[in-house]
Amino acid sequence: MDRLALDVAHMFAGGLVLVSFMLLYQDRMFGLLNIFALHALVVSLSVAWQAYIQLAPHLYITAGIALVVKAIIIPVALHRIIVRLGIHRTIETIGGIGRTMLAGIALVALSITVMLPITAAAGTLTREDLAFSLSVILLGLLMMISRRNAVSQIIGFMSIENGLILAATAAKGMPLVVEISVAFSIIIALIVVGIFLFRIRERFDTVDVHALERFRGSL
Amino acid sequence: MAVAVLLFCVGVLLATGVGAVAGARRSATAAIVYGLSLLVSAVALAVAFAALAFDSQWVQTLRLPVGLPWLGAHFRLDALAALFLIVVNLGGLTASLYGLGYGRHEEAPGRVLPFFPAFLAGMNLVVLADDAFTFLLAWEFMSLVSWALVMAHHREAGNARAGYIYLLMASFGTLALLLAFGLLAGPEGGYAFDAIRRAVPDPALATAVLVLALLGAGSKAGLVPLHVWLPLAHPAAPSHVSALMSGVMTKVAVYGFVRIVFDLLGPPLWWWGAVVLVLGGVTAVLGVLYALMQHDLKRLLAYHTVENIGIVFIGLGLALSFQANLMGPAAALALTAALFHVFNHSVFKSLLFFGAGAVLTATGERDMERLGGLIHRMPFTAFAFLAGSIAISALPPLNGFVSEWLTFQGILLSPKLPQWLLKFLVPAIGAMLALSAALAAGCFVKAFGVTFLGRHRSSAAQGARETDGFSLAAMFLLVFLCLLAGVLPGFFIDGLAPATQQLLGARLEPQAEMAWLTLVPIAEGRSSYNGLLLFLLIGAAALLCAKAIHRWASRAVRRSAAWDCGFPDPSPLTQYTAGSFAQPIRRVFGTVAFRAREEVSMPPPGETGPATLRVHMRDLVWDGLYVPVERFIGFAADLLNRVQFWTIRAYLNLVFFSVVLLLMVLTLWS
Repeated sequence: MDRLALDVAHMFAGGLVLVSFMLLYQDRMFGLLNIFALHALVVSLSVAWQAYIQLAPHLYITAGIALVVKAIIIPVALHRIIVRLGIHRTIETIGGIGRTMLAGIALVALSITVMLPITAAAGTLTREDLAFSLSVILLGLLMMISRRNAVSQIIGFMSIENGLILAATAAKGMPLVVEISVAFSIIIALIVVGIFLFRIRERFDTVDVHALERFRGSL
Repeated sequence: MAVAVLLFCVGVLLATGVGAVAGARRSATAAIVYGLSLLVSAVALAVAFAALAFDSQWVQTLRLPVGLPWLGAHFRLDALAALFLIVVNLGGLTASLYGLGYGRHEEAPGRVLPFFPAFLAGMNLVVLADDAFTFLLAWEFMSLVSWALVMAHHREAGNARAGYIYLLMASFGTLALLLAFGLLAGPEGGYAFDAIRRAVPDPALATAVLVLALLGAGSKAGLVPLHVWLPLAHPAAPSHVSALMSGVMTKVAVYGFVRIVFDLLGPPLWWWGAVVLVLGGVTAVLGVLYALMQHDLKRLLAYHTVENIGIVFIGLGLALSFQANLMGPAAALALTAALFHVFNHSVFKSLLFFGAGAVLTATGERDMERLGGLIHRMPFTAFAFLAGSIAISALPPLNGFVSEWLTFQGILLSPKLPQWLLKFLVPAIGAMLALSAALAAGCFVKAFGVTFLGRHRSSAAQGARETDGFSLAAMFLLVFLCLLAGVLPGFFIDGLAPATQQLLGARLEPQAEMAWLTLVPIAEGRSSYNGLLLFLLIGAAALLCAKAIHRWASRAVRRSAAWDCGFPDPSPLTQYTAGSFAQPIRRVFGTVAFRAREEVSMPPPGETGPATLRVHMRDLVWDGLYVPVERFIGFAADLLNRVQFWTIRAYLNLVFFSVVLLLMVLTLWS
């Protein structure tokens, strides 16, 4: 494999981490959606590049699924949900963008220090991509715990899935059937979550998950 | 070839079980299921016997492409496996024969018939398995199917609890075995037994495997303190299944222990023997003491299983000690004793459970205090039960004596051991073995005397009828085997030699070729036993005594009160009871072992109410080990229960921070 192919692959993977950081501080709903579409676009580009350099044509299908489902269908659907919920003008309060970003940087550092020593035996491409994808997953988790709005949490969840796809394609071990079923389950999750959002809204007049906590049973 | 035939037998048994589900409602199903099980067991028994008798050095293996993709399912027939296959299938054969008659009284055949052949199949598979995966799968299958059989009469009081405790202990045992095999297989994951045999684990790891094997196999076999499920679960099943569980399944557990420790683990350390000896000794004594306190016939038999497992483990511990000191012939003697006791116990314990099952069918009673006088109603059953009692009490000329005598011969060799701990420990264990043998004899005087002799203590006992022909045939087949193994033990011991040769590289001298069929385990000058001569002597002496008594004693004229027939008080309640028989022993041992307290309440003068005597006993094993564990689990569950009421955010935080924490640990570790 020549240097250029490796560098381009790194560029896409690094770009994905960068977009994950953009997700972290985005506090407007539509902005968040656009960044998420960008996230999915970068993943699909990365997968397509992997398909090209690994000579694995089935990865093109993976890239296509990522592009169509996650870069187009899901953002559009969430867009419509947000409009119908009437929360498109809400500005989410994220406690301390600076602190969140610092935590994100720490997570990236952590995932690199974890991954590089233990994958010493693997190829260069796999090593770097695994470190990047672990960063994306951790950043997605961080996003899920730092947000209060249900829609942003969903987007955090889906960015985790993008990180998993990055890891799986880099490891050259992702069977197509797995990818298709994961994509399918993501769509199902979207439908369920959509219905769920409307139900929460109907009951509690908000999609802030904190509002739910008052209605829980407890010990 | 032989392995293929045996696996085919297993397949037929499984198919029979599946077929029994379909035909559970038809009345002919029971006969078909037990008939097929009988046939298949007979075939498997013949194959195993042929393998052991004719080409014992020849190990056969077979690999089926099922199971884990890179492993497959390995099966193997060697001398040890053939020996235990004989035990399993002999038990299966007699239990099926017994079931042909006994199964007719079953009120819920749909709960027994599908699982009975599957249980036999599971036990055969455990013995045949030659890789850890197949072994554990078969082991767990055996446990689950036997659990289903324990739960066959799940509405009866106590059975649900018995099943629950059994399930817990079985899962715990399988977990321990899983970890043991994991350690044996090492990081490369060589789960085939061949790969495990080739690897030599370091001593610390091997000790961990020994402990896990003791926990895993010991919990299934009934080693104290892991025996608690056994006296609950074995009596709860239908009687022929009780016989299989007590007589055979515990032996499969012994097989698991022998296979792991003697075959797979490599050379033993000397103090392993001490651990196994102490466990065996404690199990033997406590088992028989528990049994003495029991007045439920089947539960008494189940506690005796605990005792006999203790005796087997004493033999195994001796063999380990000798083997660690490279004393091959002595180790062979001890292992032969243990394996012979395995065979003997499977024979007489099945016999006794069959007898108890016949009594249960005839009277509907398991409580000995409500039986009595059954020798008049069920003379054949009484005879068979008496033979089993003599065998389990280790009285010559039956088989129980031979194996316990061999164990003692092993114990008498202990002064040659170099370690002082063993020099002192082994005679102490010998004393415990002697104590348990004597107490067992006492216990069976109680069991036989109270159940079969005297007068009927209840109308149920009075209305009892002799059991059916199939059951009697099964019992008398086992009586014959008890006698055969007791009178001609040399042939049986020679049959065990290939197994000891395989495991220890040593064997006893061929015994069947000795003059007059005498057993000479060590040397002519030390000790010998001739069952045949003793049998003839006992027979002749008994005949002479009977003749003499009838000739002189019973002719004498006796005077007694009119019409009382020798019983001044006609109420059967005036007879000696099981409780009164056990009282002296309870006072001697029970005050320490069970904290037994007697409480006498006398009515005040002038009152006409009866005086009462209550006995309070505590199970110290249960109170000391299981209650704290239960309390801790309850405490931990209460703590964890709070987690169930966390918010979504808290869960997300938990996931996030635990992932980060684990990653940090990973970084710092490497």
